[in-house]
Amino acid sequence: MEVKDICIKNMKYEDFKENEYLENYLKELRANGVNIAIAKLDDLINWGRSNSVWPLTFATSCCGIEFMCLGAARYDFARFGWEVTRNSPRQADVVFCCGTIVHKMAPVLKRLYDQMAEPKYVMAFGSCAIGGGPFKKSYHTVMGVDQIIPVDIYIPGCPPRPDAMIYGMMQLARKIKMQEFFKLPKQPDLSSPDNSDSSENNPETKEKGNRP
Amino acid sequence: MKMIDKLLAQFAYASVTSDGKYYTVAVPKEKLHETASRLRNSALAFDFLMDIVGMDYGDSLGTIYYLSCTQFPAYVIALKTETDDREDPIIPSVSDIWESAGLYEREVHDFLGIRFANNPDMRRLFLRKDWKGYPLRKDYDANPEINPVPLTNENLDDMETVPVIEIHNGLKEEKTYSLFEKGEYVVNFGPQHPATHGVLHLRVSLDGEIIRKIDPNFGYIHRGIEKMSEAYTYPQILHLIDRMDYLSGTIHRHGLCLAVEKGLQLEVPERAHYIRTIIDELTRIASHLLGWGCMAMDMGAITAFVYGMRDREKIMDIFEETCGGRLMANYSVIGGVMNDIHPNFQRKVKEFIPYMRKMLKEHHLLFTGNPIARGRMKDVGYLSKEKAIALGASGPTGRASGWSNDVRKIEPYAAYRHAEFNEILRSDGLTFDRYIIRLDEIAESLKIIEQLIDNIPGGAYAAKTKAIIKLPEGEFHQRVEGARGEFDVYIHSKGDKYPYRVKFRSPSMTLVSALKAIATGTKVADLIMLGGSLDYVVPCIDR
Repeated sequence: MEVKDICIKNMKYEDFKENEYLENYLKELRANGVNIAIAKLDDLINWGRSNSVWPLTFATSCCGIEFMCLGAARYDFARFGWEVTRNSPRQADVVFCCGTIVHKMAPVLKRLYDQMAEPKYVMAFGSCAIGGGPFKKSYHTVMGVDQIIPVDIYIPGCPPRPDAMIYGMMQLARKIKMQEFFKLPKQPDLSSPDNSDSSENNPETKEKGNRP
Repeated sequence: MKMIDKLLAQFAYASVTSDGKYYTVAVPKEKLHETASRLRNSALAFDFLMDIVGMDYGDSLGTIYYLSCTQFPAYVIALKTETDDREDPIIPSVSDIWESAGLYEREVHDFLGIRFANNPDMRRLFLRKDWKGYPLRKDYDANPEINPVPLTNENLDDMETVPVIEIHNGLKEEKTYSLFEKGEYVVNFGPQHPATHGVLHLRVSLDGEIIRKIDPNFGYIHRGIEKMSEAYTYPQILHLIDRMDYLSGTIHRHGLCLAVEKGLQLEVPERAHYIRTIIDELTRIASHLLGWGCMAMDMGAITAFVYGMRDREKIMDIFEETCGGRLMANYSVIGGVMNDIHPNFQRKVKEFIPYMRKMLKEHHLLFTGNPIARGRMKDVGYLSKEKAIALGASGPTGRASGWSNDVRKIEPYAAYRHAEFNEILRSDGLTFDRYIIRLDEIAESLKIIEQLIDNIPGGAYAAKTKAIIKLPEGEFHQRVEGARGEFDVYIHSKGDKYPYRVKFRSPSMTLVSALKAIATGTKVADLIMLGGSLDYVVPCIDR
């Protein structure tokens, strides 16, 4: 059967600049075949998930102002169900990494990411978060958040316009819609002694970045 | 003989030079404290310490203290001292004379490794405790292997020991004391907190609901702009300065342009001056609107934030047409502005002025007159004029306490001399004054724009500069009025295309020390609102 669907309501399929990688993934999924009951259930859950993504308010510098513009009346990301910015990582689905991450901040961001519940996503917002940006030559800048945590969506710009951010959000919504919910990584069990260091280097978490 | 010449003639041991406006006084470090306290207590009373610049001259380390007096604000003295000891440099502290020196000295200590004798706190300010080396020294090794990205959180113990070095009668004594006492209840705010206006970390000691002590912890967005500037050409540095205090980035950029133009003795076309001034004032309005909205949001009124952002978007539209960027306008360049104004610019600005006036009335109606808002802002967070000066809390915060400190009036630059406007002063120094002064300043900025917008002279929008800009040897200092206080640029040039040292005065840093002063003794629920009323921007502190 036709499993999965990469069309989302908020943006037309043709309007996306890059569809190839998702189509390849779709082919792979179809070739492997999916149990019809699970696939239907997946679709239902992902429909809900992709339309109510709650971001964490995490802004270190300039990009945070554009993030505020996105939340305000003109751009208004509440239209897409990205409604509530959560102040606690435990209630957030996605962390918008707005701004430069420096050495002193890096462990703090890692800890915030670890505190979030699975499934969780990261958006690197602006050139500093992607690869150091204008502060590439600095002694105190981390050259991109992907050095610390896996990143799902990269949004270039310095700072990116709110429109660019909405495009990135739509990409993430598509990605969420494609995923097989029941095969997503589970919350690491920190209570058993074998996994005590799993928050530091969980191989599953690291691999996640490469999956579409 | 002028008063200042008489005063400076008293210091026989000092070498005094002057360029007619700024005075440079070089003293040996043994005489520093004596000179500083005599300058402070003289009839001229140099009570405002603008900034401390730490310097690495190659074979010696030194500090430069920029002083100004509030009675005669045009007088500026640069007090200099040096030490030859690079292994363990010690300079006497002036933190007992000017309160704001406490943080400035910690900054110099962090970047250059100079220790200040008798400063009550000699911890690092921006970098982690385990950071190796002092980045602003010329022999600093920036190899990333020496200081890799840390994977574990910095261990911040409440019983953290604070090192102090004291010198009494020539005897050196190293001591430590505990930051908080045993049994104190310490609460962390930040670095990830939605209402700290960035990544500021405050450790607050509480007695029930009452704040006893605040210990700010900076550096979570320290990007090393000053060190990077030493390897960049002047036009390249301009791009970094926009990203420092992004809300008044255009104004700060203007300051750096003016400093470089001063060094080059470049004549900037009058048209550029007018355009820059209008863009600066628009930036100030945008910044105050955001500050107003965020303060209201800190008090729980999210609607006000949406209203503030709505009006701010109008300014962003104007910027986008003329400058090409929204938040980062990247507009001022050395010699003028990047491009000529857009044909729609004047029309749009003229449409914006009556719109904003109408909206200001609405803001007052909806929020200023709100009994809940008034009740919360009443009688909280008193900052006296003397305290504001001692802490160097310039800008709207100082003016709300009655300290006249507007650089646009003291040292008019660009086209401000062609506009008539009032410096808004209030006398009470309460949270409500700091709130209302921002809205009043928006009205004043509209007045300035209204006077200039129709009189933009014709001609070139930028002076021609050489492809490679080399500044002549010397030191250049420029003050501009940012949206949240005085912003100073200090450039030390050796005649190269790169600066030898660049230092920016961060207006926000002094505002955090003002927060320390006003929040002590208030309820913890007011802390966020008090921070909102000061409206600091953390990347500007950390640089």
